[in-house]
Amino acid sequence: MPDLAPVEIRASNGDDHDVVDPLYSLDRSDDVSRIRVLPGAMETAASFQFDKEDHTLGNALRYIIMKNPDVEFCGYSIPHPSEEKLNLRIQTYDGVSVYSVLDKGLRDLEEMCDVITEKFEEARAQKAEKMDVDDPEPLPFRRVG
Amino acid sequence: MPAPTQEELERRKRLEIKAETVGNAASTDFPHHWPGEDHEWSLDYFKDSFQVRFHNNSTHDSEFSLIGLDTSVANAFRRIMIAEVESLAIEDVFIYQNTSIMQDEILAHRLGLIPLKGDPAALKWLQWYRKPVDDQSPAAGFADFNTVLFTLKKTCTWQEGGKQRFIAGETDPEKLYEDYNVYAGDIVYHVSGKQSDFGAENLFEVVNPDILILKMRPGQEIALVMHARKGIGQDHAKFSPVATASYRLLPTIDILKPIVGEDAKKFARCFPRGVIKLEPVSEEDVQKDETLQGKEGEIKAVVANPMRDTVSRECLRHPEFKDKVKLGRVRDHFIFRVESTGQWESDEIFLESVRLLKGKAQRLRNGLDELMS
Repeated sequence: MPDLAPVEIRASNGDDHDVVDPLYSLDRSDDVSRIRVLPGAMETAASFQFDKEDHTLGNALRYIIMKNPDVEFCGYSIPHPSEEKLNLRIQTYDGVSVYSVLDKGLRDLEEMCDVITEKFEEARAQKAEKMDVDDPEPLPFRRVG
Repeated sequence: MPAPTQEELERRKRLEIKAETVGNAASTDFPHHWPGEDHEWSLDYFKDSFQVRFHNNSTHDSEFSLIGLDTSVANAFRRIMIAEVESLAIEDVFIYQNTSIMQDEILAHRLGLIPLKGDPAALKWLQWYRKPVDDQSPAAGFADFNTVLFTLKKTCTWQEGGKQRFIAGETDPEKLYEDYNVYAGDIVYHVSGKQSDFGAENLFEVVNPDILILKMRPGQEIALVMHARKGIGQDHAKFSPVATASYRLLPTIDILKPIVGEDAKKFARCFPRGVIKLEPVSEEDVQKDETLQGKEGEIKAVVANPMRDTVSRECLRHPEFKDKVKLGRVRDHFIFRVESTGQWESDEIFLESVRLLKGKAQRLRNGLDELMS
Protein backbone atom coordinates (compact mmCIF):
# COMPACT_ATOMS: atom_id res chain seq x y z
CA MET A 1 0.00 0.00 0.00
CA PRO A 2 1.55 3.32 -1.00
CA ASP A 3 1.80 6.03 1.57
CA LEU A 4 -0.50 8.96 1.08
CA ALA A 5 1.79 11.93 1.06
CA PRO A 6 -0.76 14.71 0.63
CA VAL A 7 -0.17 17.42 -1.92
CA GLU A 8 0.80 20.37 0.18
CA ILE A 9 -1.92 22.73 1.30
CA ARG A 10 -0.47 25.96 2.57
CA ALA A 11 -1.48 27.01 6.06
CA SER A 12 -2.52 30.66 6.07
CA ASN A 13 -1.48 33.00 8.84
CA GLY A 14 -4.75 34.88 8.85
CA ASP A 15 -3.41 37.90 6.93
CA ASP A 16 -3.08 36.32 3.55
CA HIS A 17 -6.65 35.08 3.67
CA ASP A 18 -7.79 36.42 0.30
CA VAL A 19 -10.46 39.01 0.81
CA VAL A 20 -12.23 38.26 -2.43
CA ASP A 21 -15.85 39.25 -2.30
CA PRO A 22 -17.53 35.87 -2.36
CA LEU A 23 -20.60 37.49 -3.88
CA TYR A 24 -19.64 36.50 -7.34
CA SER A 25 -17.09 34.32 -9.03
CA LEU A 26 -15.84 37.04 -11.33
CA ASP A 27 -13.20 39.56 -10.54
CA ARG A 28 -14.93 42.69 -9.30
CA SER A 29 -12.24 45.08 -10.48
CA ASP A 30 -13.21 44.97 -14.14
CA ASP A 31 -16.89 45.91 -13.96
CA VAL A 32 -16.47 48.70 -16.46
CA SER A 33 -14.59 46.64 -19.03
CA ARG A 34 -17.53 44.23 -19.15
CA ILE A 35 -19.78 46.88 -20.66
CA ARG A 36 -19.55 48.20 -24.20
CA VAL A 37 -21.77 50.49 -26.23
CA LEU A 38 -22.06 49.03 -29.71
CA PRO A 39 -21.49 51.25 -32.78
CA GLY A 40 -24.38 53.33 -34.06
CA ALA A 41 -25.56 54.48 -30.65
CA MET A 42 -27.57 57.64 -30.26
CA GLU A 43 -28.82 59.35 -27.13
CA THR A 44 -32.22 57.68 -27.49
CA ALA A 45 -31.24 54.38 -29.07
CA ALA A 46 -28.30 52.19 -28.17
CA SER A 47 -27.19 48.60 -28.01
CA PHE A 48 -25.12 47.55 -25.05
CA GLN A 49 -22.94 44.51 -24.83
CA PHE A 50 -22.25 42.87 -21.46
CA ASP A 51 -19.57 40.25 -21.01
CA LYS A 52 -20.16 37.17 -18.88
CA GLU A 53 -23.88 37.68 -18.58
CA ASP A 54 -26.65 35.48 -19.97
CA HIS A 55 -30.43 35.02 -20.06
CA THR A 56 -30.52 35.15 -16.26
CA LEU A 57 -29.90 38.87 -16.12
CA GLY A 58 -30.84 39.59 -19.74
CA ASN A 59 -34.47 38.61 -19.55
CA ALA A 60 -35.07 40.09 -16.08
CA LEU A 61 -33.47 43.37 -17.15
CA ARG A 62 -35.45 43.42 -20.39
CA TYR A 63 -38.66 43.01 -18.40
CA ILE A 64 -37.95 45.77 -15.94
CA ILE A 65 -36.81 48.19 -18.66
CA MET A 66 -39.95 47.45 -20.66
CA LYS A 67 -41.94 48.48 -17.59
CA ASN A 68 -40.58 52.02 -18.06
CA PRO A 69 -43.08 54.14 -20.05
CA ASP A 70 -40.24 56.18 -21.60
CA VAL A 71 -39.05 53.08 -23.42
CA GLU A 72 -40.16 52.51 -26.99
CA PHE A 73 -38.33 49.23 -27.41
CA CYS A 74 -36.20 46.92 -25.33
CA GLY A 75 -34.91 43.50 -26.29
CA TYR A 76 -31.94 41.29 -25.62
CA SER A 77 -30.08 38.55 -27.42
CA ILE A 78 -27.23 36.14 -26.89
CA PRO A 79 -25.49 36.62 -30.25
CA HIS A 80 -23.63 33.33 -30.12
CA PRO A 81 -24.18 30.42 -27.72
CA SER A 82 -20.48 29.77 -27.19
CA GLU A 83 -19.59 33.37 -26.42
CA GLU A 84 -20.45 34.70 -22.98
CA LYS A 85 -21.96 37.88 -24.31
CA LEU A 86 -25.30 39.58 -23.87
CA ASN A 87 -26.61 42.26 -26.22
CA LEU A 88 -29.27 44.61 -24.91
CA ARG A 89 -31.05 47.08 -27.19
CA ILE A 90 -32.91 50.06 -25.79
CA GLN A 91 -34.83 52.73 -27.71
CA THR A 92 -36.56 55.56 -25.90
CA TYR A 93 -39.22 58.20 -26.58
CA ASP A 94 -38.94 61.96 -26.40
CA GLY A 95 -35.20 62.37 -26.08
CA VAL A 96 -34.95 60.38 -22.86
CA SER A 97 -31.39 59.11 -22.41
CA VAL A 98 -30.95 55.37 -22.81
CA TYR A 99 -28.25 55.45 -20.16
CA SER A 100 -30.60 56.82 -17.53
CA VAL A 101 -33.16 54.21 -18.56
CA LEU A 102 -30.64 51.40 -18.15
CA ASP A 103 -29.51 52.83 -14.84
CA LYS A 104 -33.12 53.02 -13.62
CA GLY A 105 -33.76 49.45 -14.76
CA LEU A 106 -30.82 48.14 -12.76
CA ARG A 107 -31.87 50.15 -9.71
CA ASP A 108 -35.45 48.87 -9.96
CA LEU A 109 -34.17 45.32 -10.16
CA GLU A 110 -32.06 45.80 -7.03
CA GLU A 111 -34.98 47.28 -5.13
CA MET A 112 -37.18 44.42 -6.26
CA CYS A 113 -34.65 41.93 -4.91
CA ASP A 114 -34.72 43.68 -1.53
CA VAL A 115 -38.50 43.40 -1.34
CA ILE A 116 -38.39 39.74 -2.31
CA THR A 117 -35.80 38.95 0.36
CA GLU A 118 -37.78 40.82 2.99
CA LYS A 119 -41.09 39.15 2.17
CA PHE A 120 -39.48 35.75 1.86
CA GLU A 121 -37.89 35.98 5.28
CA GLU A 122 -41.17 37.19 6.74
CA ALA A 123 -43.10 34.26 5.28
CA ARG A 124 -40.43 31.82 6.41
CA ALA A 125 -40.60 33.10 9.97
CA GLN A 126 -44.37 32.81 9.91
CA LYS A 127 -44.14 29.26 8.63
CA ALA A 128 -41.68 28.36 11.39
CA GLU A 129 -44.01 29.87 13.98
CA LYS A 130 -47.00 27.78 13.10
CA MET A 131 -45.94 24.50 11.65
CA ASP A 132 -49.50 24.48 10.48
CA VAL A 133 -51.69 21.87 8.91
CA ASP A 134 -52.63 24.56 6.45
CA ASP A 135 -50.88 22.79 3.63
CA PRO A 136 -50.60 19.11 4.38
CA GLU A 137 -47.64 17.14 3.08
CA PRO A 138 -47.96 16.76 -0.66
CA LEU A 139 -49.56 13.48 -1.60
CA PRO A 140 -47.82 11.20 -4.02
CA PHE A 141 -49.47 11.64 -7.38
CA ARG A 142 -51.77 8.66 -7.63
CA ARG A 143 -55.16 8.25 -9.18
CA VAL A 144 -58.30 7.84 -7.09
CA GLY A 145 -59.96 4.43 -7.08
CA MET B 1 -60.64 55.26 -20.04
CA PRO B 2 -62.21 53.17 -17.30
CA ALA B 3 -59.88 51.24 -15.03
CA PRO B 4 -60.01 47.51 -15.72
CA THR B 5 -62.35 45.55 -13.48
CA GLN B 6 -61.10 42.96 -11.06
CA GLU B 7 -62.48 40.22 -13.33
CA GLU B 8 -60.64 41.65 -16.30
CA LEU B 9 -57.36 41.71 -14.33
CA GLU B 10 -57.92 38.10 -13.28
CA ARG B 11 -58.65 37.12 -16.87
CA ARG B 12 -55.41 38.70 -18.06
CA LYS B 13 -53.45 36.70 -15.53
CA ARG B 14 -55.08 33.45 -16.54
CA LEU B 15 -53.36 31.18 -19.03
CA GLU B 16 -55.90 29.07 -20.87
CA ILE B 17 -55.27 25.37 -21.29
CA LYS B 18 -57.41 23.72 -23.90
CA ALA B 19 -57.36 20.18 -25.17
CA GLU B 20 -54.69 20.78 -27.80
CA THR B 21 -53.75 24.43 -27.50
CA VAL B 22 -52.87 27.12 -25.00
CA GLY B 23 -54.24 30.62 -24.97
CA ASN B 24 -53.48 34.02 -23.48
CA ALA B 25 -49.88 32.96 -23.00
CA ALA B 26 -48.02 36.28 -23.08
CA SER B 27 -48.17 38.83 -20.29
CA THR B 28 -49.49 42.26 -21.19
CA ASP B 29 -48.76 44.30 -18.09
CA PHE B 30 -46.55 46.80 -19.88
CA PRO B 31 -46.97 50.53 -20.45
CA HIS B 32 -48.66 51.45 -23.76
CA HIS B 33 -50.22 48.01 -24.11
CA TRP B 34 -53.70 48.78 -22.79
CA PRO B 35 -55.02 52.22 -23.78
CA GLY B 36 -55.29 54.51 -20.80
CA GLU B 37 -53.61 52.13 -18.40
CA ASP B 38 -50.33 52.81 -16.69
CA HIS B 39 -48.45 49.61 -15.79
CA GLU B 40 -45.26 51.51 -15.03
CA TRP B 41 -42.90 49.76 -12.64
CA SER B 42 -43.74 50.85 -9.12
CA LEU B 43 -41.92 49.60 -6.07
CA ASP B 44 -44.83 50.48 -3.81
CA TYR B 45 -47.24 48.55 -5.97
CA PHE B 46 -44.87 45.60 -5.97
CA LYS B 47 -44.51 45.79 -2.18
CA ASP B 48 -48.29 45.65 -1.85
CA SER B 49 -48.99 42.95 -4.38
CA PHE B 50 -46.05 40.57 -4.05
CA GLN B 51 -46.64 37.62 -1.73
CA VAL B 52 -44.65 34.65 -0.50
CA ARG B 53 -46.37 31.55 0.83
CA PHE B 54 -44.57 28.58 2.28
CA HIS B 55 -46.02 25.13 1.76
CA ASN B 56 -43.22 23.04 3.11
CA ASN B 57 -39.88 24.06 4.53
CA SER B 58 -37.88 21.08 5.63
CA THR B 59 -34.12 21.54 5.74
CA HIS B 60 -33.28 20.13 2.35
CA ASP B 61 -36.59 20.35 0.56
CA SER B 62 -38.68 23.50 0.37
CA GLU B 63 -41.82 24.31 -1.50
CA PHE B 64 -43.09 27.86 -1.60
CA SER B 65 -45.13 30.15 -3.80
CA LEU B 66 -44.01 33.50 -5.12
CA ILE B 67 -47.07 35.45 -6.21
CA GLY B 68 -47.05 38.62 -8.28
CA LEU B 69 -43.75 38.16 -10.06
CA ASP B 70 -42.94 38.18 -13.77
CA THR B 71 -41.69 34.98 -15.36
CA SER B 72 -38.38 36.56 -16.32
CA VAL B 73 -37.55 37.26 -12.70
CA ALA B 74 -38.77 33.91 -11.36
CA ASN B 75 -36.73 32.20 -14.06
CA ALA B 76 -33.67 34.23 -13.14
CA PHE B 77 -33.86 32.90 -9.59
CA ARG B 78 -34.30 29.35 -10.80
CA ARG B 79 -31.33 29.65 -13.13
CA ILE B 80 -29.15 31.20 -10.44
CA MET B 81 -30.04 28.49 -7.91
CA ILE B 82 -28.99 25.80 -10.34
CA ALA B 83 -25.96 27.37 -11.93
CA GLU B 84 -24.58 30.22 -9.86
CA VAL B 85 -24.89 29.48 -6.16
CA GLU B 86 -21.52 28.27 -4.98
CA SER B 87 -20.88 24.95 -3.34
CA LEU B 88 -18.03 22.72 -2.29
CA ALA B 89 -17.16 19.62 -4.31
CA ILE B 90 -14.16 17.41 -4.98
CA GLU B 91 -12.20 19.02 -7.78
CA ASP B 92 -8.74 17.38 -7.83
CA VAL B 93 -8.07 13.70 -7.28
CA PHE B 94 -4.47 12.57 -6.85
CA ILE B 95 -4.36 8.86 -7.55
CA TYR B 96 -1.54 7.10 -5.71
CA GLN B 97 -2.85 3.63 -6.47
CA ASN B 98 -5.78 2.31 -8.41
CA THR B 99 -5.72 -1.34 -9.36
CA SER B 100 -9.48 -1.64 -9.49
CA ILE B 101 -11.21 -2.16 -12.80
CA MET B 102 -12.51 1.40 -12.82
CA GLN B 103 -10.40 3.79 -14.84
CA ASP B 104 -8.86 6.71 -12.98
CA GLU B 105 -10.88 9.35 -14.78
CA ILE B 106 -14.20 7.58 -14.23
CA LEU B 107 -13.39 7.17 -10.55
CA ALA B 108 -12.41 10.82 -10.27
CA HIS B 109 -15.62 11.88 -11.98
CA ARG B 110 -17.71 9.80 -9.59
CA LEU B 111 -15.90 11.25 -6.59
CA GLY B 112 -16.58 14.77 -7.83
CA LEU B 113 -20.32 14.16 -7.90
CA ILE B 114 -20.53 13.12 -4.23
CA PRO B 115 -22.37 15.82 -2.25
CA LEU B 116 -20.37 17.23 0.65
CA LYS B 117 -21.54 19.09 3.71
CA GLY B 118 -19.79 21.04 6.39
CA ASP B 119 -19.97 23.46 9.25
CA PRO B 120 -21.92 26.49 7.88
CA ALA B 121 -19.44 28.97 9.33
CA ALA B 122 -16.51 27.07 7.82
CA LEU B 123 -18.24 26.86 4.45
CA LYS B 124 -18.78 30.59 4.52
CA TRP B 125 -15.18 31.17 5.52
CA LEU B 126 -13.89 29.14 2.58
CA GLN B 127 -12.75 31.25 -0.34
CA TRP B 128 -12.55 30.67 -4.04
CA TYR B 129 -9.47 29.01 -5.37
CA ARG B 130 -7.67 31.12 -7.93
CA LYS B 131 -5.26 29.68 -10.42
CA PRO B 132 -1.79 31.12 -9.77
CA VAL B 133 -0.46 33.25 -12.59
CA ASP B 134 1.68 31.97 -15.46
CA ASP B 135 4.74 29.96 -14.50
CA GLN B 136 3.79 29.09 -10.92
CA SER B 137 2.59 25.57 -10.36
CA PRO B 138 -1.17 25.24 -9.76
CA ALA B 139 -0.33 23.82 -6.34
CA ALA B 140 1.01 27.22 -5.26
CA GLY B 141 -2.59 28.34 -4.84
CA PHE B 142 -3.68 25.49 -2.54
CA ALA B 143 -4.28 26.97 0.89
CA ASP B 144 -6.29 26.01 3.94
CA PHE B 145 -8.87 28.71 3.13
CA ASN B 146 -9.67 27.41 -0.32
CA THR B 147 -8.98 23.69 -0.27
CA VAL B 148 -10.42 20.87 1.79
CA LEU B 149 -8.37 17.71 2.02
CA PHE B 150 -9.88 14.23 1.89
CA THR B 151 -8.31 10.82 1.51
CA LEU B 152 -9.66 7.45 0.53
CA LYS B 153 -7.74 4.25 1.05
CA LYS B 154 -9.08 0.74 0.74
CA THR B 155 -7.76 -2.72 -0.11
CA CYS B 156 -9.96 -5.68 -0.88
CA THR B 157 -8.89 -9.02 0.63
CA TRP B 158 -10.19 -12.56 0.99
CA GLN B 159 -12.18 -13.36 4.10
CA GLU B 160 -10.82 -16.13 6.25
CA GLY B 161 -11.73 -19.33 4.45
CA GLY B 162 -13.17 -17.29 1.62
CA LYS B 163 -11.00 -18.89 -1.00
CA GLN B 164 -12.19 -22.36 -0.01
CA ARG B 165 -15.80 -21.27 -0.12
CA PHE B 166 -15.16 -19.75 -3.53
CA ILE B 167 -13.74 -23.03 -4.82
CA ALA B 168 -16.74 -24.81 -3.38
CA GLY B 169 -18.92 -22.65 -5.60
CA GLU B 170 -19.97 -19.84 -3.26
CA THR B 171 -20.73 -16.66 -5.22
CA ASP B 172 -22.06 -14.28 -2.56
CA PRO B 173 -19.36 -11.60 -2.15
CA GLU B 174 -20.61 -11.00 1.39
CA LYS B 175 -19.27 -14.44 2.35
CA LEU B 176 -16.04 -14.24 0.35
CA TYR B 177 -14.36 -10.84 0.52
CA GLU B 178 -13.40 -8.16 2.97
CA ASP B 179 -13.72 -4.43 2.04
CA TYR B 180 -14.96 -5.14 -1.44
CA ASN B 181 -17.32 -2.17 -1.61
CA VAL B 182 -16.04 1.37 -1.45
CA TYR B 183 -18.63 3.77 -0.06
CA ALA B 184 -18.67 7.54 0.18
CA GLY B 185 -18.55 7.03 3.94
CA ASP B 186 -14.99 5.70 3.58
CA ILE B 187 -13.78 9.16 2.58
CA VAL B 188 -11.84 10.74 5.43
CA TYR B 189 -11.47 14.46 6.06
CA HIS B 190 -8.14 15.84 7.20
CA VAL B 191 -7.78 19.15 8.99
CA SER B 192 -5.42 21.59 7.34
CA GLY B 193 -4.09 24.82 8.84
CA LYS B 194 -6.65 27.32 10.03
CA GLN B 195 -9.50 24.88 9.54
CA SER B 196 -8.67 23.62 13.04
CA ASP B 197 -10.03 26.92 14.44
CA PHE B 198 -13.54 25.68 13.86
CA GLY B 199 -13.09 22.90 16.36
CA ALA B 200 -15.48 20.38 14.91
CA GLU B 201 -13.95 16.96 14.40
CA ASN B 202 -15.62 16.30 11.10
CA LEU B 203 -15.72 19.85 9.82
CA PHE B 204 -16.46 18.55 6.35
CA GLU B 205 -17.96 15.22 5.41
CA VAL B 206 -20.07 13.50 2.80
CA VAL B 207 -23.83 13.97 2.98
CA ASN B 208 -24.76 10.36 2.21
CA PRO B 209 -22.22 7.82 3.49
CA ASP B 210 -24.03 4.99 1.69
CA ILE B 211 -23.20 6.06 -1.86
CA LEU B 212 -21.43 3.15 -3.55
CA ILE B 213 -18.40 4.47 -5.40
CA LEU B 214 -16.83 1.30 -6.70
CA LYS B 215 -16.56 -2.48 -6.23
CA MET B 216 -13.30 -4.39 -5.90
CA ARG B 217 -12.07 -7.95 -5.72
CA PRO B 218 -9.20 -9.41 -3.66
CA GLY B 219 -5.85 -7.93 -4.61
CA GLN B 220 -7.31 -4.67 -5.85
CA GLU B 221 -6.72 -1.46 -3.96
CA ILE B 222 -7.23 2.26 -4.22
CA ALA B 223 -5.34 5.05 -2.50
CA LEU B 224 -6.38 8.61 -3.27
CA VAL B 225 -5.94 12.14 -2.03
CA MET B 226 -8.70 14.55 -2.91
CA HIS B 227 -9.01 18.31 -2.87
CA ALA B 228 -12.45 19.83 -2.59
CA ARG B 229 -13.01 23.41 -3.65
CA LYS B 230 -15.78 25.89 -4.13
CA GLY B 231 -17.31 26.29 -7.53
CA ILE B 232 -20.57 27.01 -9.34
CA GLY B 233 -22.88 24.83 -11.38
CA GLN B 234 -22.07 26.83 -14.49
CA ASP B 235 -18.60 25.31 -14.40
CA HIS B 236 -19.64 21.74 -13.56
CA ALA B 237 -22.92 20.18 -12.43
CA LYS B 238 -21.19 18.76 -9.35
CA PHE B 239 -21.00 22.30 -7.95
CA SER B 240 -24.76 22.81 -8.22
CA PRO B 241 -26.19 23.05 -4.68
CA VAL B 242 -29.60 21.73 -5.75
CA ALA B 243 -30.76 18.31 -6.82
CA THR B 244 -33.19 20.40 -8.68
CA ALA B 245 -34.79 23.79 -8.39
CA SER B 246 -37.92 24.20 -10.43
CA TYR B 247 -41.16 26.11 -10.56
CA ARG B 248 -44.58 25.52 -12.03
CA LEU B 249 -47.55 27.83 -12.40
CA LEU B 250 -50.55 27.36 -10.13
CA PRO B 251 -53.15 25.28 -11.99
CA THR B 252 -56.77 26.39 -11.97
CA ILE B 253 -59.88 24.29 -12.54
CA ASP B 254 -63.18 26.04 -13.13
CA ILE B 255 -66.28 23.89 -13.13
CA LEU B 256 -68.69 25.89 -15.31
CA LYS B 257 -71.73 23.62 -15.08
CA PRO B 258 -72.41 21.16 -12.27
CA ILE B 259 -71.02 17.66 -12.67
CA VAL B 260 -73.10 15.18 -10.67
CA GLY B 261 -73.59 11.49 -9.99
CA GLU B 262 -71.41 8.93 -11.77
CA ASP B 263 -69.94 11.72 -13.91
CA ALA B 264 -68.63 13.37 -10.76
CA LYS B 265 -66.78 10.21 -9.75
CA LYS B 266 -65.33 9.87 -13.21
CA PHE B 267 -64.37 13.53 -13.14
CA ALA B 268 -62.51 13.09 -9.86
CA ARG B 269 -60.63 10.17 -11.38
CA CYS B 270 -59.33 12.46 -14.12
CA PHE B 271 -57.20 14.27 -11.54
CA PRO B 272 -54.57 13.28 -8.98
CA ARG B 273 -55.93 12.40 -5.58
CA GLY B 274 -57.07 15.33 -3.47
CA VAL B 275 -57.67 17.75 -6.33
CA ILE B 276 -61.42 17.11 -6.68
CA LYS B 277 -63.69 16.25 -3.78
CA LEU B 278 -67.21 14.88 -3.94
CA GLU B 279 -69.97 16.65 -2.03
CA PRO B 280 -73.72 16.13 -1.86
CA VAL B 281 -75.83 18.60 -3.85
CA SER B 282 -77.34 21.02 -1.33
CA GLU B 283 -80.59 22.95 -1.46
CA GLU B 284 -78.64 26.10 -2.12
CA ASP B 285 -77.10 24.55 -5.21
CA VAL B 286 -80.55 23.67 -6.51
CA GLN B 287 -81.72 27.24 -6.00
CA LYS B 288 -78.71 28.56 -7.88
CA ASP B 289 -78.93 26.14 -10.78
CA GLU B 290 -82.27 24.77 -11.91
CA THR B 291 -80.74 21.94 -13.90
CA LEU B 292 -80.02 20.36 -10.51
CA GLN B 293 -83.77 20.12 -9.75
CA GLY B 294 -84.53 16.79 -8.17
CA LYS B 295 -80.90 15.85 -7.80
CA GLU B 296 -80.64 16.91 -4.21
CA GLY B 297 -78.48 14.56 -2.15
CA GLU B 298 -76.63 13.22 -5.18
CA ILE B 299 -72.90 13.84 -5.27
CA LYS B 300 -71.27 16.60 -7.25
CA ALA B 301 -67.66 17.39 -8.08
CA VAL B 302 -66.06 20.30 -6.23
CA VAL B 303 -62.52 21.62 -6.65
CA ALA B 304 -60.67 20.97 -3.40
CA ASN B 305 -57.01 21.67 -4.07
CA PRO B 306 -55.99 22.70 -7.59
CA MET B 307 -52.37 23.06 -6.46
CA ARG B 308 -51.91 19.32 -6.57
CA ASP B 309 -53.11 19.06 -10.14
CA THR B 310 -50.59 18.01 -12.74
CA VAL B 311 -52.65 19.55 -15.56
CA SER B 312 -52.79 16.29 -17.46
CA ARG B 313 -55.85 17.56 -19.40
CA GLU B 314 -57.41 14.12 -19.02
CA CYS B 315 -60.82 15.64 -18.23
CA LEU B 316 -60.81 17.40 -21.60
CA ARG B 317 -60.75 14.08 -23.44
CA HIS B 318 -64.21 13.00 -22.29
CA PRO B 319 -67.31 14.24 -24.14
CA GLU B 320 -69.45 14.26 -20.97
CA PHE B 321 -67.35 17.11 -19.53
CA LYS B 322 -67.43 19.18 -22.70
CA ASP B 323 -68.04 22.88 -21.91
CA LYS B 324 -68.40 21.99 -18.24
CA VAL B 325 -64.83 22.61 -17.21
CA LYS B 326 -62.11 25.13 -17.95
CA LEU B 327 -58.47 24.50 -17.14
CA GLY B 328 -55.89 27.19 -16.74
CA ARG B 329 -52.85 28.42 -14.90
CA VAL B 330 -52.15 31.64 -13.03
CA ARG B 331 -49.40 33.45 -14.88
CA ASP B 332 -47.85 35.14 -11.86
CA HIS B 333 -48.15 32.40 -9.25
CA PHE B 334 -44.93 30.39 -9.17
CA ILE B 335 -44.77 27.28 -7.04
CA PHE B 336 -41.06 26.76 -6.45
CA ARG B 337 -39.59 23.50 -5.30
CA VAL B 338 -35.99 23.61 -4.15
CA GLU B 339 -34.29 20.36 -3.24
CA SER B 340 -30.86 20.84 -1.75
CA THR B 341 -28.10 18.26 -2.15
CA GLY B 342 -27.30 18.70 1.53
CA GLN B 343 -24.72 21.45 1.73
CA TRP B 344 -27.14 24.38 1.92
CA GLU B 345 -30.54 24.71 3.50
CA SER B 346 -33.10 24.96 0.73
CA ASP B 347 -34.53 28.33 1.75
CA GLU B 348 -31.03 29.75 2.05
CA ILE B 349 -30.31 28.74 -1.53
CA PHE B 350 -33.21 30.85 -2.68
CA LEU B 351 -32.13 33.83 -0.59
CA GLU B 352 -28.63 33.49 -1.99
CA SER B 353 -30.03 33.54 -5.52
CA VAL B 354 -31.83 36.82 -4.79
CA ARG B 355 -28.60 38.24 -3.39
CA LEU B 356 -26.70 37.15 -6.48
CA LEU B 357 -29.20 38.70 -8.88
CA LYS B 358 -28.99 41.93 -6.95
CA GLY B 359 -25.21 41.68 -7.08
CA LYS B 360 -25.27 41.27 -10.84
CA ALA B 361 -27.37 44.41 -11.23
CA GLN B 362 -25.20 46.33 -8.77
CA ARG B 363 -22.02 45.45 -10.57
CA LEU B 364 -23.37 46.39 -13.96
CA ARG B 365 -24.52 49.68 -12.51
CA ASN B 366 -21.03 50.26 -11.09
CA GLY B 367 -19.60 49.63 -14.53
CA LEU B 368 -22.15 51.88 -16.18
CA ASP B 369 -21.39 54.68 -13.73
CA GLU B 370 -17.72 54.43 -14.58
CA LEU B 371 -18.46 54.27 -18.29
CA MET B 372 -20.49 57.47 -18.06
CA SER B 373 -18.07 59.42 -15.92
